[in-house]
Parts: sequence; structure tokens; C-alpha cells
Amino acid sequence: MGKMYEVSNRYNNYRDYTKEFTEVGRSIRRPDGADKVKGKVQYTDDLTLPRMVYGKLLRSKHAHANIVKIDYSKAMELEGVLGVITGEDCPIPYGIVPHNANEHALAVGKVRNWGEPVAAVAAVTEEIAEKALELIEVEYDVLEAIVDPREAVKRDDLRIHEDAPNNISYEGIQVYGDPDKALAESDYVLEQDYYSSYVNHGFIEPQSALADFDVATGKLHLYATCQVPHYTHQQLAKVLEMPLSKIRITVPLIGGGFGGKGVASQADFCSALLSRKVGRPVKITYERSDVFATNNGRHPCYMKMKLGFDKTGKITACDFTNLMDGGAYAGWGIVVLFYTASMVHIPYMIPNVRFDGKRVYTNKPTCGAFRGLGGVQPRFAMEQMLDQAAAHFGMDPYEIRMLNAAESGYTAMSKMYVPHTEYKKCLTECVEKSGYKEKHGKLPFGKGIGLSGGYYISGTSYTLYLSYKPHTVATIKVDEENDVTVYCGATDIGQGVDMVMAQMAAETLGVHTEDVTVIPRDTKISTFDLGTFASRLTFATGWAIRQAAEKINAELKPVAAGMLGIRGDEVEVQGGEFYNIYKPNKRVPWRDVVSSYIQTNGPLTKTGQFTPPRRKGIQQGGNIGHSPSFGFSAQIAEVDIDLETGKVNVVKITEAGDCGVAINPQSVEGQVHGSIGMGLGQALYEEMKIAPDGTFCNPSFHDYKVPTALDMPEIDANIVDAYDPSAPYGAKESGEGPIQPTIPAIFNAVYDAIGVRFTEMPLTPEKVLNAIKEQKAKGVF
Amino acid sequence: MKQLITLNINNQNYDVIVTPMDLLVDVIRKAIGLTGTKKGCGQGDCGACTVLIDGQPKLSCLTLAITCADKKIITIEGIANEDGTLHPIQDAFLDHGAVQCGFCTPGMILSAKALIDRNPNPSQKEIKTAISGNTCRCTGYINIVSAIESYANLVAEKGAK
Repeated sequence: MGKMYEVSNRYNNYRDYTKEFTEVGRSIRRPDGADKVKGKVQYTDDLTLPRMVYGKLLRSKHAHANIVKIDYSKAMELEGVLGVITGEDCPIPYGIVPHNANEHALAVGKVRNWGEPVAAVAAVTEEIAEKALELIEVEYDVLEAIVDPREAVKRDDLRIHEDAPNNISYEGIQVYGDPDKALAESDYVLEQDYYSSYVNHGFIEPQSALADFDVATGKLHLYATCQVPHYTHQQLAKVLEMPLSKIRITVPLIGGGFGGKGVASQADFCSALLSRKVGRPVKITYERSDVFATNNGRHPCYMKMKLGFDKTGKITACDFTNLMDGGAYAGWGIVVLFYTASMVHIPYMIPNVRFDGKRVYTNKPTCGAFRGLGGVQPRFAMEQMLDQAAAHFGMDPYEIRMLNAAESGYTAMSKMYVPHTEYKKCLTECVEKSGYKEKHGKLPFGKGIGLSGGYYISGTSYTLYLSYKPHTVATIKVDEENDVTVYCGATDIGQGVDMVMAQMAAETLGVHTEDVTVIPRDTKISTFDLGTFASRLTFATGWAIRQAAEKINAELKPVAAGMLGIRGDEVEVQGGEFYNIYKPNKRVPWRDVVSSYIQTNGPLTKTGQFTPPRRKGIQQGGNIGHSPSFGFSAQIAEVDIDLETGKVNVVKITEAGDCGVAINPQSVEGQVHGSIGMGLGQALYEEMKIAPDGTFCNPSFHDYKVPTALDMPEIDANIVDAYDPSAPYGAKESGEGPIQPTIPAIFNAVYDAIGVRFTEMPLTPEKVLNAIKEQKAKGVF
Repeated sequence: MKQLITLNINNQNYDVIVTPMDLLVDVIRKAIGLTGTKKGCGQGDCGACTVLIDGQPKLSCLTLAITCADKKIITIEGIANEDGTLHPIQDAFLDHGAVQCGFCTPGMILSAKALIDRNPNPSQKEIKTAISGNTCRCTGYINIVSAIESYANLVAEKGAK
């Protein structure tokens, strides 16, 4: 049977060019939606196994202390307690970035943040497990805590990790071009310090893990709330000293992640270790305070940004210094540090860039990956400075952005390559839709409007352990019993990748999305995928699925051609039927072709894969930020400030985004709304408060406020007309880019409203009211 | 002191043994096995555990099970039509993209349904107020409010309940 790849590819290219998609671009209902609205679907904490028992973690009340002794003999005497583990049971450190792995499932010798777990108990009920925690006696030698990275970096006498002089977790310098010369020769130089706040993902489902270690076979089956089952798999194998093949990770549905579930949780390790110790399945579900103690949220950054401009308003140079508060452990730290470096290169063209960054340990819960990681902080600075520069040049903030915006085919100094961008279209569309030009600078005191832009990577080009294997594999099985089954390990954390994968498979196979079943999130059943991070899934799974589907088509089309009595290159498939492209009324049902194929050839299964193009960075950490493509967005915020209380009310946000082709426009809209909600919370009130002794002051949703329905502004989300030819079906990211502009757009709007520029998040009523009073004293109003 | 009580949940009686300390959310999820009711914060802040008690939305993580012995409880599993088809409010949530991760969805639907049951013609402000105790971190609420508005319109037009 002849292979038909060329015919298939040629036609698909044509379809891409004309965008004649039928399944892609459609706002279909989520296939998992009905079970979600019925309460039928199961998340990790909903699962039970025969003989299952419960685990609980004992957390340190001290932020920095040596552990002198742990005595759990009294706990073991309590009826119903099956086992206790401490740091002695997990001496091998783990970490998502392998060459900076310094975390333990339970503290070994020392605790470095409030809430770090020191022991774990398995008992027949949760109540008994909690009671047992009270009976564990831990003797601490309390040490001075450091919670400010600016102080930590000066205190070599008080090292949080012995091997980290001056508490520096990681540091790096990148120099592209000659920023000193460029700044010296610039017509206008602007320099400003900024601080970004310490915020948490606030996903509603707390982490949960259910481990089932089978003593008879030596196999571990872990059910866990995990965005990155592949990396958790690797780390479990390391900590438990087990081969990968003996560990299976199943991820039931996840109740939100946003990066916070992008590392293995201590519950994953402790449930597995306890299960191995007591010989029964063990479930550990976090309380909300556990979630905050684990954190992994956004890094607070003390930033200094210097931007140079020529006399026309073009950016000549960026000198960016960043001191990042990493909290107690390494986590995703190196990656986030260098993302803040790479995120100043785009969406504008900057010919000279210097980055000088340090990530510093402090006695706080560890910071990690949080939606838009590494981009939110420098964008907060740069987008405000662009407004300031525009005022200097007598330009409109929109004009200065248009003047500096990157175009398709742009290669930044860091070698980051932008195959496609409609950033200018995003700016123009939201400016037109919001009436920005008519309102900016013209609204009464207390009301304001602000513009900002942003972008984000659409996939990452590197694995964390620098392997060259494919980053995503998808297998498609076609048969008479199930129609189409797609196997792929991509993890849906609520964004809807399961649905998008079904739509993309259906598009190329020419069937209906409803005919496709996706088998995801199980390391034993579904095929390899790196995980949900860096907005990579639609792009990566899209290519893998498309390649597999084209191979299926190459097998089925000749069979269909025989049934239609025409040549193979005259066959196409759409809507569940193969047809003659010259005589479209000559058709044969897709299912009949499948039956005929299988009767003649046997089972039909094909695999596709995706490995991103490698565009190597040329400096330390320069690989980070390279991405197959990039998504772009622009937003305009309108605020109405209560002059009596200082409360900033965000009235409306107009957004325009370039995500290429939206596979599911309703899903894209949902990502935009969610991003804006998160950005709004961070801009106005969200902040984790840590006392000077390292005590966490607000580890609950009662005291850590996230936006409610009443806080949300009107949102006008727009998808600009775009098509990225380097992307599968022209589609790229939409999950993280839209959070970038929200915060600076609000800050720019507040400046427009009261004439005061704020450089620290969050914008609390207290800060705003003080500024209003100062303006009043100056006679501004 | 343990005691036997009968809980009426979704028009079905369940005999359960509880202590005076046992929370309704735990009894519903663990003793009865209706896991559609979610637990997000355990302190009455997120609303994921919302159930209807005698038609009123209540936080089951702040409610003692023993106080519910003579009341009618509705959980998310009791919302769909008897033949298993979706209730129109569930359809509205799906049609409007009001469901992402789905963890807040059961509580959100119950709060919304309780509102429309007592006020079939709410303003947008009333809708937002009614669900302001239900935290959603995925959707930004916009599509949730649209879904509830559309259900309210349906009730007004066709008398759907």
C-alpha cells in the first residue's frame, strides 16, 4: 500500500492557508463538562481505595531552626496510628531543576520556612492522624530568620543553606550589545526602581495525593494533583530509589494549577513513603494553610530598570537589575530568574540589553512558577516606563509602543526568534475598541485609562534535564469499536487541553470532535509529555497529534480511493466522510473505510511526536526564553478611584490578543478572563504577609483575598485575526500572555486618574489615599 | 458520643452514625460518598462546599451534620433531571464556557440556582452578590454571570425550573 504523506501534507497546507477548518476554531462544549456540572467527575481527594488510610504532615512553627530531636514514640502508641516518618526516611534531595535540587519531602536537620514539614503520620482516620501530630515532640534550636532578600544577600554570617554564600541561590549576568555605550549616547534615559509582590496561585483544589505501594510486586501507583506527572515521576524514582518502570502516576482531574502544581508536592512523597512503610494505600490532602506553606507562587522582585531612547522615541538600551526573593528552596528558581532576563527582549525591539540578576534565599515558603512566570515582573516596570517616556516625547503611549513593536521574523539580541506576531494589531484593536485616544489624559480627576502590552512564550525549547528526546508524543488508535482514541500524557488543569486535542485530531482526520476520545494523564497508559507549563500544550500536542493523524490518513486514503474508484490524490476527508475532491458528491463513510482497512490490514495505530526547534542561547542562562513561537496581547484598563477611601475600582478592561488561530475561541476567552482576574488581584490587594520572624500571617482565604464576582470589571476580550504558519493549525499560546499587561495597564490608568506613579504592588487603598492627599495638598484638585 | 441520624439528601434518606463534631461536608463526601461537594478551604471562605439546606445555600464545611437531621439537603448530584439529563442551569454553564477546572462549579451552580429560585428576575449586581461567596480562580466569573443570566431569562420565558 502506497504511503500518501505528500498528498496529505500538501492538502493540509492548503487548508491551513485558506483556514478552511471545520473542527478547529469552533467553540464546542468541553467533553468533560457534563460530568463536571453533575458533580460526577472525580478529583484526587474524591478517590478511595480498599484498606486506604490517611496521612497528615507536622509542620514547623519556626521559620529557621535546627532540628535537635524528634520523638514520635507517644504518637506510635496511639491506637489507629500505623506509622510515622521523618527526614531520616527521605535523605535524598529532589528538585524540579536537577542541578539545583535541595528540597526534601521532610526537613533533614533544619527547617528553613514556616510550615516546612518535619514528620508525617499515617492513621486509620484523619482525626487520629491529627491527634498523633500533637503527640510528636520536636526539639528545635531556633535561629534568626531573614525574610528580606536585600538583607539576606548581606548576611553571609547567617546562611540559610551552608553551600550558598550570601544566601545567593543563583546569579547571572547577560550582556547583549553595548548597553553602557548606548545609554551614554541616548537622548533620554529613564531609571526607576520597582517592587513586585509575593502572591499565591489560590487554586481552589488543594493538593492531594493517594499512594498505593504494592509490597508484593514492589510497584507504586500514585494518584496526584500534578501538572507535571513526568517530572514528579522522575523525582519519586530518585527519592524512593525505585526504577521509573515500577512507578505509575495517574492524574485525575485537577482543580486549577496555574504553575502551583508544577512541582511534586511533599504530599506526593510522604504518601508514597508512608504507603511503603505501612503496606496500605495512604491519602494526604492539604488544608489551605498547607497550600500556603508550600507556596511555589510568584517571586517578589526588587528591580531597577534603566531604559534609553533616541530622539525619535525608539528604545536604544535596557539595563535591568533584579534581586529576586526565592524563599527557602531552589524550586523553579533558576528558570524564573533567567525568564525575567529574557522577558525584556520582546515585544519591543531593544538593540542593547544587560541583565544582572540574583535569586536569594530567605526564610519564607519557596517561590516558583506562577502563570506568566518571569514576565509579569519586568513587564510591570517596562510598560509604565514606556508611558513615562511617551509623555517626555509628547507622544501618545500607543504611538511609542507601535514605534518599538517587534514584527514577524524579528530576532532579538538574545537570538529569541519571533516567527509571527500581530502585536501591533493587538494594540490598534484595543485602542480603537476602548476609545483610548479620546479618553487618555482627558478624564476628570479620579478617573483614568491605561494601556499596556505583553507577550509570552508558546512552549519551551528545552527539557529541564537537557534531554533531546521528543517533548510530546501522541498516539492515535482508529478502530470500529471506539472511532478515534488519542493517547497523550498532556495534563488538563482546567484550561481545556483535552478538548483542544480532540478538536485538532478531528480536524486532520476529518471526523467530528465528538467521535474522538482522549486518554490523558497516566504515565502507564498515555504517551510521553513533559507537562503543563510554559504554555506549551496546544503547540506541542498539536504538532504531535497532527503528525499521527496524517499518518492515519495516509493509510486510510488509498483504501477510500479504492472504494470510490478514483486515484489516491483525489481523496479528501471531512465531516466523517471520504470524498472525491473533483466530484464532492461521490462519498464513502469514514467508518466503512476504517472497517475495510482493518479487515485487510489489521489494527491501525500511528504515533506522532514534537521536538521544538533548537535556537541556542549564547550566554549563561541564554537558553531560557527560547520558544517555538510567542503569543501577544494588549490591554486597556479604565479605573474610577474612590477619592474618599482610595479604593481603585477597575471599571472595564479591553483586551486584544494574538494567539494565532483560536482552536476553541470560547476557551481562549476564558483564559483571558481568568488572566485578567488574577492580574487584578495582584495589582490591587493580593499579598502573602510574612512577619519579621518568618511567621506566615495570612495563610487562609479569609485573610489572603482573591477577587470575587463583585470585583471583576466589564471585560471586552478580542481575538485578533492571526495565523502563525509555524504553528499547528496556526495556533499558539493564550494562557499566560494575557496576564502580563493587566497590572501595568491598571497602574498606568491610576496615573492617568490622579497623576501619581506607583512602583510597588499591591495598590492598596491606603497607598492611594495617601497619594490623593498629597495631590490635594499640592492643589492638583 | 456517636449517634445515628437520618439525613435526607437529594430526596433520599441516609442513616449515618455521626459525632456532634462531624461536619456536613465530611459526612456527605466520606460517609455517603457523594463527592460532587468539594472542599477548597475548610473555613467557609471559598464556597466550593456549598449545598442547599431547605432551599438555602449553606457552607457544608461550617455546618455540623447533626443539625441537619430534619432538613432537606440538595447537593450537586441532586440537580440534574430525574432521567439524568442536565438541568437547564447546568446546560447554561456549559454553553457559556462557565466551567474550566470545574472545582468551584458544584457550589457555584447551587448558589446560582438558589438565587433564581427565590428571585427569578435578578439584576446583574444581584447575581454577582449571590455568587460572591463562591471563589473561582479560573474563569474570571464573566462567563459564569452570563450563564446565570441566560438561565434566568429561560426561567422568565419558559417557566423552566
